[in-house]
Amino acid sequence: MRPSLVIVLASLFVSLQPAVAGASTASAGAEPAVAAEAHAAPPAAKPAAQPNAPWVTVDHSKLEALQKNFTSAKDLTDTCLSCHNKTLDQFQHSIHWTWRAPSSTKDRIVGKGGDSINNFCVSTNYMHDHECLDCHIGWDRKPVTINCMNCHGDLSFNYEEAVEDIEAFLEEGDEESLEMAHDVQQDLKAAAQRIQLPTRKHCGSCHFYGGGWEATKHGDLDKSLGTPTKELDVHMGIDGQNFQCTRCHTTKDHKIAGRMYSIPAATTRESLIENDLGTRITCVSCHTDKPHTSGFANKLNDHTDVVACQACHIPTFARKRSTQMDWDYSTSGKTRDGKKYVVKDADGRPVYMSIKGSFVWKKNVKPEYFWFNGSIHNMTFKDVIDPDQTVWLSRPLGGPHDKNSRIFPFKVHRCNQAYDKVYKTLLTAIYTEEDGGYWDTLDWPKAFAMGQKDVGMPFSGKFGYVRTKYVLPTTHMVAPKEQAVKCAECHTRNNGRMAKIAGVYIPGRDGHHLVNALGLLLILGCLAGVCGHALIRCIGAIIRRSKSVG
Amino acid sequence: MSEKPTGRIYLFTKYERLWHWLQMAIIFTLLLTGFEAAGRFKLFGYEGAAYLHNRVGLFWVIAFLVFLFWIVTTGEWKQYIPTTKNLFDVVIYYIYGIFAGHSHPFPKTKEAKHNPLQRFTYLALATLLLPFQMATGLLYWSYNSWEAWGIDKYLSLKWLATVHVAGAFAILAFVIIHVYMTTTGHTVFGYIKGMITGWEDTYDD
Repeated sequence: MRPSLVIVLASLFVSLQPAVAGASTASAGAEPAVAAEAHAAPPAAKPAAQPNAPWVTVDHSKLEALQKNFTSAKDLTDTCLSCHNKTLDQFQHSIHWTWRAPSSTKDRIVGKGGDSINNFCVSTNYMHDHECLDCHIGWDRKPVTINCMNCHGDLSFNYEEAVEDIEAFLEEGDEESLEMAHDVQQDLKAAAQRIQLPTRKHCGSCHFYGGGWEATKHGDLDKSLGTPTKELDVHMGIDGQNFQCTRCHTTKDHKIAGRMYSIPAATTRESLIENDLGTRITCVSCHTDKPHTSGFANKLNDHTDVVACQACHIPTFARKRSTQMDWDYSTSGKTRDGKKYVVKDADGRPVYMSIKGSFVWKKNVKPEYFWFNGSIHNMTFKDVIDPDQTVWLSRPLGGPHDKNSRIFPFKVHRCNQAYDKVYKTLLTAIYTEEDGGYWDTLDWPKAFAMGQKDVGMPFSGKFGYVRTKYVLPTTHMVAPKEQAVKCAECHTRNNGRMAKIAGVYIPGRDGHHLVNALGLLLILGCLAGVCGHALIRCIGAIIRRSKSVG
Repeated sequence: MSEKPTGRIYLFTKYERLWHWLQMAIIFTLLLTGFEAAGRFKLFGYEGAAYLHNRVGLFWVIAFLVFLFWIVTTGEWKQYIPTTKNLFDVVIYYIYGIFAGHSHPFPKTKEAKHNPLQRFTYLALATLLLPFQMATGLLYWSYNSWEAWGIDKYLSLKWLATVHVAGAFAILAFVIIHVYMTTTGHTVFGYIKGMITGWEDTYDD
């Protein structure tokens, strides 16, 4: 009912438009017609099925393979793979498993699963911090299998617990235990049949917690996006279009679109109107490169060759939960009465932890802007650094003369982290208690020695701290258009959002100092000239009058 | 200077006067919004200033084309044919005679409304400065089409904006002198009255 009603209303609106256009000014006459098309567009852009209705052509509850009592986690996965027989291979070649960027070379493997280092946990794949495995599945590429339920299961059901219970009861083997195993198996069977496409909460179970806590690493991803309002995210708002992540992050062979690392999320900016089989990951995919239809539309559209949509439409990030902006490792290791302690701020965020150091958290943060062509250059723990300068651990690539570059908003995470004073490389460490890491011992040299050994790098024993920067592209939490960045926030002489952007002339910000100075001189000269001329005229008139009177 | 007028002459038709004051309003708005958009001061806010500047600028180009049509079809263009005859007399009048109380060496007539200095000034304005400002303004406005037109290799927005601003300074300089010159008639507001009513008083000297 609802879509058809929308279409009827939209067509009514279209038919009313000419009258409205006729009543408005002649100069703006061309625009309402365009606006009418735009208003009519949403119904056509709706998916064939309602967002939360399954697109699949299979009712899993009717599948014969799923009418069984699962005996183990592997049994459950193997059952899925018995039909989805390409999935394991596909998944184990995806970034979600390898954690390596395709741009890697043999000596310099880019990605978390390689030699890259960030300024959060500075841990990598080669190491043995087992807690990382909660999200970084396949870490260390151990010969373990996948768990389809992580992304496709019913989130209200705890598969892991169910499987553990079943395995335990079956092992005990007595009649009572077998009966209990049977009960759990019935629940698991029913849950396994409730297979679905990943929802915001599936993706969010890891991505809302990047960096270990909610909204820590990404300022534009936190738990509030599980049930966001339109005001927080105009696409995902449950009171609006209710997009799931998969609406834009489309998938091919279990490779999910949208990662912005060494290779751009999309290499072309084309709309689905130009190529209906193109990607849906860019704003342009749905909005085209002329997205504005009302008001100052033509000039706003003139920006799209230089400014990314996100730059104006995500005025601030971390709008619901504060995000970590700075981490100072150098203050770690203090104790009170010989005990490790934590100090929290009013939001419940830790500002000091003995095991980690000092943190700065911020809410409603204005992004920093850089030219960006979609590729990010990442440092590795093999690269030699200059400790006297702030080190860009990751740096956006691109520039004003690169056709694919746009001015893009970033969260920049800053850190004071350890480096080896002799080898001039950044240091890795082992952290977790169970692995005898720093969180247990508060002994950095020991933790560095373990970390460096794991990654096959030397440690001289002498370490210091260096300032580092890590960039995170800001692309979620797109605000409603009314909250978009106003023109004057960039087109301003001092302290505008674009103050540091080079290579582009921004009216209102830039000017030619010499021409402006000469111009001002000319104007002052003219004023002085006419004033002087007027003065002499007056004097002449007075003299003449006194003569004629005399 | 204080003697009574002896007659009057109809110099400016309705259309001329309308065009003059319309163009004054346009140029005043463009200078104000233009210098604001260039970041010199705050009045309308950048968005309002840029919006007004673009719309009024486009309107100016159209109105100017109408003026050109009028000036060609009515033969009024002849008023702008430059001449050096009496030019020096006029210059000398403004740098000396006006102070000594001499009368203007070039009395206006219906056939020759402009003195030789005005002819040069207005001709340069109408054929050089104003079209230059309109052309650079249009190019500025159509910045995103440069690539499609194949001219992006020859232009840079920075230089275009700079020469557009330089043009604006030149126009502002003209405006200052022009407004001052209106006070140099027999009475301070005599010339302005002429451009409002069309009639200018004449005096026997």
